[in-house]
Amino acid sequence: MTTTTDKGTATPGKYKVLGTRPVRHDGIEKVTGAARYGADINLPGTLHGKVLRSPHAHARILSIDTSKAEAMPGVRAVATSKDLPIIQKHELQFGAGPAARVLAENDLADKKVLYKGQAVAAVVATSPHIAEEAVGLIEVDYEVLPTVLGWREAMKEGATLLHENLTEKFTVSRAGAGDDTGNKGNTATHLQLKMGDIEQGFKEADTILEREYNTQTVHQGYIEPFACTAQWVPDGRLTIWTSTQGIFGVRGNVAAILDIPESMVKVVPMEIGGGFGGKGTGYMEPVAAVLSKKTGHPVKMVMSRKEVFEGTGPSSGSFIRCKIGVDKSGKITAAQLHMIYEAGAFPGSPMAGGATSALSAYKIDNVLIDGYDVVCNKPKTAAYRAPGHPQGAFAVESALDELAELVGMDPMDLRLKNVAMEGDRAATGVPHAHVGLKEVMDVIKAHPHYTAPLGGPNRGRGVATGYRLNGGGSGSSATINVIANGTVNLTTGSMDLSGTRVAIAMQVAEALGLSAEDVTPQVVDTDSVGWTGGSGGSRITFDTGRAAIAAAQLVIEQMSARAARLWEVQPEDVEFVDGTFVCTKNTEDKYSFKELAGRLMATGGPVTCSAMDSQGGVGGALAANIFDVEVDPETGKVDILRSTVFLDIGQAAHPSYVEGQMQGGTLQGIGWALNEEYFYTPEGSMVNSSLLDYRMPISLDLPMIDCVLIEYPNPRHPYGLRGAGEHPIIAPLAAVANAVSRAIGTRMRTLPITPGAILEAIEEKNATN
Amino acid sequence: MADKIHVHSTINGTEVDFLCESRESLLEVLRDTLGMTGTKEGCNDGNCGACTIVLDGRIVDCCCVLGVEAEGKSILTIEGVASPEGLHPLQQAFLEEAALQCGICTPGFIVAAKSLLEREPDADEARIRHWLAGNLCRCTGYDKIIRAVLKAGEMINQGDGGRSSSAAGGVGAADSRDVYND
Repeated sequence: MTTTTDKGTATPGKYKVLGTRPVRHDGIEKVTGAARYGADINLPGTLHGKVLRSPHAHARILSIDTSKAEAMPGVRAVATSKDLPIIQKHELQFGAGPAARVLAENDLADKKVLYKGQAVAAVVATSPHIAEEAVGLIEVDYEVLPTVLGWREAMKEGATLLHENLTEKFTVSRAGAGDDTGNKGNTATHLQLKMGDIEQGFKEADTILEREYNTQTVHQGYIEPFACTAQWVPDGRLTIWTSTQGIFGVRGNVAAILDIPESMVKVVPMEIGGGFGGKGTGYMEPVAAVLSKKTGHPVKMVMSRKEVFEGTGPSSGSFIRCKIGVDKSGKITAAQLHMIYEAGAFPGSPMAGGATSALSAYKIDNVLIDGYDVVCNKPKTAAYRAPGHPQGAFAVESALDELAELVGMDPMDLRLKNVAMEGDRAATGVPHAHVGLKEVMDVIKAHPHYTAPLGGPNRGRGVATGYRLNGGGSGSSATINVIANGTVNLTTGSMDLSGTRVAIAMQVAEALGLSAEDVTPQVVDTDSVGWTGGSGGSRITFDTGRAAIAAAQLVIEQMSARAARLWEVQPEDVEFVDGTFVCTKNTEDKYSFKELAGRLMATGGPVTCSAMDSQGGVGGALAANIFDVEVDPETGKVDILRSTVFLDIGQAAHPSYVEGQMQGGTLQGIGWALNEEYFYTPEGSMVNSSLLDYRMPISLDLPMIDCVLIEYPNPRHPYGLRGAGEHPIIAPLAAVANAVSRAIGTRMRTLPITPGAILEAIEEKNATN
Repeated sequence: MADKIHVHSTINGTEVDFLCESRESLLEVLRDTLGMTGTKEGCNDGNCGACTIVLDGRIVDCCCVLGVEAEGKSILTIEGVASPEGLHPLQQAFLEEAALQCGICTPGFIVAAKSLLEREPDADEARIRHWLAGNLCRCTGYDKIIRAVLKAGEMINQGDGGRSSSAAGGVGAADSRDVYND
């Protein structure tokens, strides 16, 4: 693996612990099968719940008759939307009322179903098999309505409306709801970002390229289906064991949906078997809670893979028209994007993610971006790793590649000609803070892969970059308890999706002068740690790391005071240097961390320190991919011959897990580019809702994925960290498309680039030549 | 409620008796009846490999095996891969190579890879990719998993492992009917 770290800004070996590769603390449990995931808890007396899901993509629910199901032996209770207080108290409306009201429609639909697979009712029984049989006995009377299956149909004049009370909001900022235009339709939001004079900019261009790009609905594809257990004991307190990206988010939503105080809910995190944004939202917890209350038993609910595909949020299908003008030198004079993202059944696509990022790695004075969030009869979309960014980058980074060919420039030279520097405005109008965009691009251009011979016919090389600005700052808490043997326990509420326990523990070790093994990290329930936002937005190693470092600073302060007591000096006379407490009055007086830890009980009791952090500042960063592909002109099959991924990580905490993020994001991007999509019948039924037919990349599809880590430190973190989780999925879509397009000599602008699509494109090219 | 059937099998070297309904999968029996949750469910239709076990010397997705089919058979699950002396070389290599992120697919990969290395400790990258094509991972891009299996093969060749290879369930002579071996 060509892991390159440090390109001149970071000092190798600058840190004792950060940048090393210790074994993760939770590793042994995970390689022996001892780790417990969402479905791995079986409480005594557990009953099993199953969900009845809509067979229609769009229908009014006229009546639900559960009597036959209830009469079945082994069935203990049923639930419908009548059992969810938030639905009974609040009409479904958008831009007003409690935020969790919309989510409740995903738990149990009220008056209408808006996608095939939407939950309608639930049964709890003594076994999952009985519950499943009983679900089939529930009789629902539907009035089937016309299906609005995609943005094209949804935006047509006179289209069937999904929501009678949905009106279009217009906004010029990502934040805030915007102004209500009063226009009824299926468009929820129109976001417009504007800089300079777009018409003048295009007048100044010598070459203008305008192209259209399409992507399809894709799923995060986490291997662990949603699973939870709820126990609502008679004293009124509700405990939920679940696999989620955010226990406090689950607590808040469950309390709101059930109309009970948040303090009456405790959420216990199980290990999470992949989320990628998709498990930021829960589905079954309130239903399991209701069924537990009705039966007096713990209730466990586990989705099938089909339910995961049909009933949980995928990412948006999209349409993007991209127009870019350049002058003779290759400088971009103007860029315009018209972006339509499918939100699924309820507003909330990640369109803004695409709109704010796609052009932002470049300095462009004249920009006009119009983004539309459009509802249609598909599952409500959920976050998927850098939400909205891959679609936007697919369009812009493909267009730049095409433009480079058109004007005869090297594709990286074209990007470097226009790269944004610190202080230049992003497409949002906000100037870039400390960000190493040019540094990353220079590394790509100089990398041996970029100029290596392709070595055969029908081969092509594609490059693309992916920019994302992370905020972070939703809140992280951490507690450190010092143990008498000189090790520490580290407690956080940050679900570990990818190795963040070890990455945070390493920061504590660095701060306290300990080894990574001396820190025992654990992720605990909502009763046992301060409020902590969900694991997403590439923020956990940064935000929770910073909270943990702050707690470590408090530990040092308190232990310095203990040393001062032992030495009979003032606390300010004690310094902590390289893991040792030193008396400045008498430098012979020293305690190692471990020695002093053994004296805490005799000097005032245990040391336990908590801190929180909500400053944010994960910041912007650039990732990139280079792919070499070979296309079989007979079959249209694409083989990826070589793959290199680049990321500005600021400072790698644990390089192996940074590489893992880069390799995993690359895999998901390749799947998005070449294989993955939801196939629908005209009525809106997904026909490939299994892992065999929804073909995610397997081990045979990929080569090794070489990683280049670039460390351009982030001044907003004590050790210079940036985010790692999301950026690596942004660039692969365009990089694969560019490679395939160059291999076959014609442009692929619709994903996925299936063998059939490639053969058609080759045929079309040959016909026109 | 369906009648239950008595089944006798050997799991990780220990004789086990259990009752199951004829419709229950072996995955359900392991996880729900016997409390052995190390074997995971990712799809319940034989497409993801998270529930890979060794059944009389062959790797199978046990979501597609009925509990009653375990009668008289010998089973190895992830819980039987480590020995009292320590981790199996594959487990050690997965830790050292950081070959897991979320870890939900890891038990299936380790059980499947163990079955390969017992037959072919010299398996190269292409062979390993081929053998593991029935195990899905969404986090790692497979890179570090392949490297971990290569490393474990080296460890086994150097006599640094195979400690648990006598665990039951396991290891028959090379079986030409391997599900992944075409």
